[in-house]
Amino acid sequence: MARPRLTTGDRLDGFLIGERVHAGGMALLYSVTHPAHDLPMLMKVPRLFEGEDPAAIVSFEMEGMILPRLSGPHVPRFVAGAGFERQPYIVMERVAASSLEGRMREAPWPVEEVALLGARIAAALDALHRRHVIHLDIKPGNILLREDGTAVLVDFGLSRHDQLPDLMEEEFRLPYGSAPYMAPEQVMGIRSDPRSDLFALGALMYHMATGALPFGNPSRMKGLKRRLWRDPVPPRRLRPEVPPALQEVILRCLEVEPDRRHPTAAQLLLDLRNPEGVALTQRAGKLRRDGFGAVLRRRFNPEAQPRFRRPVAQGIAAAPILAVAVALSREGGEEGAGLSEELRRAVARMLPTLPGARLACLNVLRLNRIQLDTTLDAEGRSKHARRLAELRHWAAPLGLPEGRVTFHVLEAVDPAAALLEFVTVNPVDHVVLGARGSSALRQHVGSVSAAVSARAPCTVTVVRPRTRED
Amino acid sequence: MLIALLADVHANREALEACLEHAREAGAERLVFLGDLVGYGADPEWVVETVMAEVARGAVAVRGNHDDAVRKGPGGMNGMAAAAIDWTRERLSPEAAGFLARLPLDWEEEGRLYVHADASDPEAWHYVTDADAALASLNATDAWATFCGHTHVPRLFGITAAVKLTGFRPVPGVAVPLLRARKWVAVLGAVGQPRDGDPSACYGMLDTERSELTWHRVPYDAAAAAEKIREAGLPEVLALRLLRGA
Repeated sequence: MARPRLTTGDRLDGFLIGERVHAGGMALLYSVTHPAHDLPMLMKVPRLFEGEDPAAIVSFEMEGMILPRLSGPHVPRFVAGAGFERQPYIVMERVAASSLEGRMREAPWPVEEVALLGARIAAALDALHRRHVIHLDIKPGNILLREDGTAVLVDFGLSRHDQLPDLMEEEFRLPYGSAPYMAPEQVMGIRSDPRSDLFALGALMYHMATGALPFGNPSRMKGLKRRLWRDPVPPRRLRPEVPPALQEVILRCLEVEPDRRHPTAAQLLLDLRNPEGVALTQRAGKLRRDGFGAVLRRRFNPEAQPRFRRPVAQGIAAAPILAVAVALSREGGEEGAGLSEELRRAVARMLPTLPGARLACLNVLRLNRIQLDTTLDAEGRSKHARRLAELRHWAAPLGLPEGRVTFHVLEAVDPAAALLEFVTVNPVDHVVLGARGSSALRQHVGSVSAAVSARAPCTVTVVRPRTRED
Repeated sequence: MLIALLADVHANREALEACLEHAREAGAERLVFLGDLVGYGADPEWVVETVMAEVARGAVAVRGNHDDAVRKGPGGMNGMAAAAIDWTRERLSPEAAGFLARLPLDWEEEGRLYVHADASDPEAWHYVTDADAALASLNATDAWATFCGHTHVPRLFGITAAVKLTGFRPVPGVAVPLLRARKWVAVLGAVGQPRDGDPSACYGMLDTERSELTWHRVPYDAAAAAEKIREAGLPEVLALRLLRGA
């Protein structure tokens, strides 16, 4: 199946081949133009010249199946493709963005930047997972950053679409992926868990935060498997200024068992954007690796071996982020108290059907237009703290363990706008909020619940206590 | 071109009507019947007449083992299937029976092979349920893609670059690319008697330009079809099966 090498100036299906911009292990990238397509483009051509590697063929076929099914700001736009019956190629948008690979030399990074970039990559993974695709090769070279900071994922050659045949799994015994970032279950040949991408992102954040790779860069199977029993040096030991919340998040991503990681990329994103709400466990304060006894047990005791299962496809749907906008009882007299109880009952009815759900409890602390700096003074701070305490008190009867519930006091002039911003920036799936009985004034100016339900990018449930007809 | 692939209608008028309507609305330009028009169900006359009319207009139909048994008798079939074939033989006109008897065992066009069961020996009616059976079928043809039925369970088998065979359970309504450089065996599932746990009728739509195959599930009035089976005095199990889809 050897084919002549493409050279600058050649034409293929109307595409004029320009300069070769990259020569990777499995494929070559050329800059191309076409009279009918007015955007910068790249043509990807599999490397088949030096003897055929079946992996190069299969990964090219997978990318050809998956890329046309993706769209949005986090992936390059698919333009055209051809299969192996002739000269195979994929033409895609040449994204105006820089590769993260170049920036990795600057590691360790300021810790705020690690969380910010981690959140941007988590947003890209959330969008990808919602489209049924697991990337399975998250590493600096496959992440581009647009001018505005949006993360773009490229190279879907090792990816898996959960509604299409997985040509890679059937083909090869050995795992494919990138050694520093590959999840333990992927090392063991499982290619169907979206949380493998969260592990890779955890390894990447570890690298950004400390300048070191958590598991090195092993080149043999034996070295790859070490991550099943040997935990990495905690980031705070290498770099004390890493905040406990960031270490908590990174080490949770690097849990060997996928069930112990964040259930979804969206929930990881919520933690990275709201470090003050992260529930700190023993991971946060850990300053040294697990003792020899624990490591030996994990390695040799069959009882302690992780069991990797193929997750059910409904994983993401069963672990949504629920946000509840709580009107605290002091805010509305007797009617307000009734409403906040009704809200809690509504949430309590939803939670049992969603075992992986995360609940974000929100309260809006209204600011006066003329006193925008209230938060800065002592009175403002104590108000904020008291509201947080009240939110915790409101949620206590739900009996949710720490880690499944977070509390947020949003300070804003316009409550509807603040709620909408929160549910948009954090990928909330479902907002629950209360509505008071109707009044002439409310009908005139419009209520918060009406504004949120009209404009929220997700499901909205409006809770209203049954009105009595007196 | 959009080609609707309909296997194992099994004399189920309600299911066939629903699938034909669905396929028409989806823009099907050609119909292919992959065998077993009759057997089990209570509407053999209507189904055979309908398919005869479609074939006269250019549709393709191949013969299945139940169609074959109308002429040869139910030898080798289990009790339920045999009872249904005996009942069917009395109902069909000589013209309809002759149409079934003359159906080809397979049909090939533009690299696509249509056959009821395993293509390596179509008249032996082997089930294509696993990779080994699919490989035997694949090796018997040069066709790029083989479309068959017989198992009543939707599956896709593909041969890989390293000559291994993959099995895949298609997701209803999701188009699966059938890469041109590989060989495929697509098992369509049943229009008239699904057995994969989903009682809705199953058929496939092939887009030849995009080289994509979509398995569709079409809800239909299974209760009415089951009631007719009971009224005809056919085994009760055949009625229950339509309601359970298993």
